[in-house]
Order: sequence, then C-alpha cells, then structure tokens
Amino acid sequence: MVKDINGKIEALHVHKYFIKPEGEKVYALNDVNVAIKPGEFISLIGPSGCGKTTFLRLVAGLDKANSGEVTLDGEKIVNAGYERGLVFQDPTLFPWLNIKENVAYGLKTRKVYKDKKNEVNEFIHLVGLDGFEKSYPHQLSGGMAQRAALARALVNHPKVLLLDEPFGALDAFTRMNMQDELLKIWKDRKTTMIMVTHDVDEAIYLSDRIVVMSARPAKIEDIIDVDMGRPRGRDMPEFLNMRTKILQILDFAGKREEPEYMI
Amino acid sequence: MEKKKYPAGLDIRVLVPIISLSLSLILHILLPANKNYTQKEFTYYTGFLILMLVIYTVVMIITIFHKKFRKKMAHKSWFIGVAFLLLNLYNLATIKFMLIPSIYFPSPEIIFKVFIKDGAFLLKCLGYSGKLLVTGYLSGCILGILTGILVGWSTSWNYWINPVIKVIGPIPSTAWVPIALVAFPTSFTASVFLIGLAVWFPTTVLTSSGISGVKQAYFEVSSTLGASTIQNIFKIAVPSAMPSIFIGIFNGTCASFLTLMTAEMLGVKYGLGWYINWQKDMLSYPNVYAGLITIAVTFSLLITLLFRARDKILVWQKGVIKW
Repeated sequence: MVKDINGKIEALHVHKYFIKPEGEKVYALNDVNVAIKPGEFISLIGPSGCGKTTFLRLVAGLDKANSGEVTLDGEKIVNAGYERGLVFQDPTLFPWLNIKENVAYGLKTRKVYKDKKNEVNEFIHLVGLDGFEKSYPHQLSGGMAQRAALARALVNHPKVLLLDEPFGALDAFTRMNMQDELLKIWKDRKTTMIMVTHDVDEAIYLSDRIVVMSARPAKIEDIIDVDMGRPRGRDMPEFLNMRTKILQILDFAGKREEPEYMI
Repeated sequence: MEKKKYPAGLDIRVLVPIISLSLSLILHILLPANKNYTQKEFTYYTGFLILMLVIYTVVMIITIFHKKFRKKMAHKSWFIGVAFLLLNLYNLATIKFMLIPSIYFPSPEIIFKVFIKDGAFLLKCLGYSGKLLVTGYLSGCILGILTGILVGWSTSWNYWINPVIKVIGPIPSTAWVPIALVAFPTSFTASVFLIGLAVWFPTTVLTSSGISGVKQAYFEVSSTLGASTIQNIFKIAVPSAMPSIFIGIFNGTCASFLTLMTAEMLGVKYGLGWYINWQKDMLSYPNVYAGLITIAVTFSLLITLLFRARDKILVWQKGVIKW
C-alpha cells in the first residue's frame, strides 16, 4: 500500500524578489530555510505581503526563486508537475467541463485515465459530491466547488498538496466542515500538506507545525510545533494558549487600538 | 409508474393561421384579377394556400393531443397568421388591384411559378453557390482559428502577424475582387479566396483576443495537474476562448454571405448571386424574387445550424452568461 509517496520539501536560502516600476527590489522571501517532513501538515501564517503565497508558488513550480532552491525528495523543483497539487482560494474549476470531467482532467492529461477511471468516482465520493458528476461548476455552491477542486488535485495522488487559503472564501460553518474533511483525507492518504492561511484557529486546528512569517522584512519569524493530539477541541486551554502565542509573535495580542490587519 | 397523460385541449390561438389562410384563399378565389392585368393567370398561389391550409390544420389537430407542441405553436401562431395576412395584402396590391408596378412587383402566383418552372436551375445555382461557400468558409474558419491561436498564444507570432492582420483585415474582402480575378487561375478559386479572407479576419481577431483573455489561474491549475504546453493550448485556452471564437465565426459567416453574393455578381458564372444579377438584367423580376427567397431560406437555415452547434458546444455557458 505504501508506495513511494515521500513528499519531503526542503527550502535552502531561498530569495525571491519583485522589481517595482521604480527599479527598487522588494523581497517577498528573504533567505528562507525550511524542511518539511514527508506526510507533515504545515501551515504558513502571517500578514499580507509576507511571502506565504510566493513560497507556495515556488513549491508548485509556477515561479522561480532568484537564488537558493526548493527541492522535493532531494530533486530541485523547476516546473509545475502533478506530484505537487495545488488548490487556490478560488476553486478555479474549468467552467466548460462538468464535475466529473474536471476531476478526471489530471488523469486525462497524463493519459492514465483509461486505467484509473474508477478513481474519479472514488474521489468524487471521498469529497461527498456523489450525484453531481454531470453538474457544471456554476451550478455548485462555493463549498461544493472547493470540494471538487480538492478531488481534482487529489486524483493525481500528489506527494504534496499545496493549499492557498483554500477555505478563505467559505462561510464559517462550511469552513469548519471542510477542515474536518481535509484532516480525514490527510490521515487517510498521508500526503504532505502545505497550507497558506490567514486564520490562526484553522492553522492550529489542522497543522503539525505552523510557520509564522513576517512581512517587513519578509522572513520566517518562528516555527511552532503544535504538539496536541487530534481531534483538537477549539476551546481547549492548549489551543487558546497557542493562539495567544501566535498572535503575540504576529504582534497582534493585547493591542488596544484597531489592528491594521484583521484575522 | 403510469405514464402521465395530458388532457387533450385546444388553444384558440392555434386557429389564427388557419383563419388568416382561409381569408386569403376566399379573397383570392372570389376577387377577380384586375382588368388591366394582362398576364396569364396561374393556380400556383391557390395551390400554395391550400397546401398551407392542410399543413396548419394537421398541426392544429396534433396540438390538441400534444401539450408541449400546443404551447409552442400557440406562441408562434400570431406571427404566422400575420405573415400570411401580409402575403395576402401583397396579393391584393398586385394582381387584384394593381396598386404597384407589376413589372417590379410581380404577384405571388408568378413568383411561385418560377419555383415550379425554374426550380431545377435554381437548385443547380444553389449547389454551385453552396460549393463555393463551403470551400471558402471552411478554409477561412480553420485558418482563422489557427492564426488566432498562434497570435493569441505566442508573442513572436503576435509581433509578426498582428500588424499584418491590422492592415489587411479591415479591407472589405470585396475590395480585392479586381486583384483576385486576375491573380487566380479561375473565378472559382478567386471567390474561394475572397470568401476565405472575409471569414478569416473576424475569426482570427476574436480567437486571438479570446485566447489572450483566458484566466492565468486556469493555466496554472492545469500545469499543476500535469498538462504540457500543447495541452494547455488545446484543453484550456481553446475551450475557454470558445465563446469569443463563436462570435468571430458569426461575424465571419455574415461577411461570407456578403462576399459570396458580390463575387458572384461581379465575375463568377453560375450561383445564386449571378442568377439574380442575370435575371435583373433580363428584367424578369419574378425570378429575382425567387432567387432572393432561395437565398433567405438557405442562409437563415445555415445561421440556425450554427446557433444549434453553439448551443451544444457552449452548453456550459448557460447560467454563466445571459444569452
């Protein structure tokens, strides 16, 4: 059963900057070093502009680092590939394909659809979309569309699943529901998960470790081990303590005036 | 489960075409032709009216038992009834009262006569025009979509080809007639070129703008699902640009009709445009009308087919965009 699903991600001295129109360099990632273990659930948290999404895009292979390198199981990441699945905040389902065709897309492009046809239905079932195979994306609610996007990424059996604020656009109830679903999938498949989020509670609820990042300068502030068993109660004292700790690192705890950044 | 039976019923509106047709028939039979009407009288219009009367009576009977069809027909009935009424008025204005010059505005029965007597030749012309149109149209469409993809996707193609499109494209393709007729060995190939050019331009422009407007996120997701560049073009860019491509094809279709007619009137032998032009020169206006009716029926049929194809291909757009 255990195939060669490793999914170890390492970043070594990664720098990524963008050049402003005036010619000034703006660092999105400044000397980022992080090692993510196979099967680990990691969250990246921090204010806007701290380079979380940039880091995710480097791992996905959609952008290139200016210096340093990101590796998957020791191999340098140069291009996008199916072993690193990606789910955006916006489900980005292909509107011209129905749900089944959307989920099957990865298998079809890789020309393995014929052998793995039944997996499409399995994953549609896994995310609870039975009966919606023939529906088009616009006929689905936000939560359902995001489930379909998840199934579409998972059907490729990626070593790493990259999640860019996957539940950010969902209402609070749907979000909590989806978090449980995601945990279930993660326990089941042991895929390495890297999630960008703005939601401290979400990060604590899901992650093994939380990477706290700061915006200026853009760097890793702290990496926190969440050594709590699962399932985690959102009202447990450890949970609340950890939230206070993270907010302190982010410099939001105990402030009386309006924070410039809302969580 | 027992099949649900709809109660039989009659929508009074379904009778409108029948009433309109009966009125036409009565007036046509009872009123004598104008005393100044010198042409021989025929029974083609009477025949047409009787045929239509039979058809719409059958339709009426079917609607009694078929609920969906009844609804559809009832909705269309007023339009059909008024259309026959207008034809009736035209008949009165020509053969019965001679209110308009009969040489340019022949009575319906004379026009119908053309279809009977000259029908085979009209069909031949239609076939010739059709061959020309299909060849030019398909090549223009295919080349247009290909150029559009290249220009919309690749920056270097965009650099070299886009200025050419901008200069060549806006020239109405009929303006090329003098050159096309000498540059090509036959008038057929010249016309194919002109029609192709007319379709190519709008198809290219709208394909390329559709392709360059595809959301970047689609390509990114597609790449992380294992797609190659070629797959990104044909599985993401093209389907996503399809609505835009169809608008281009529609514009191209209208341009192709225009070019076909102009080309045939200017230099091609045979074809419907040529037929109309020729009959006009011979002052046989009934034939001109018959030609025009043939064109109207064929072209609207083609447009309907195109709409059907679009509805089928762009079914996913329902609910995304209001049609």
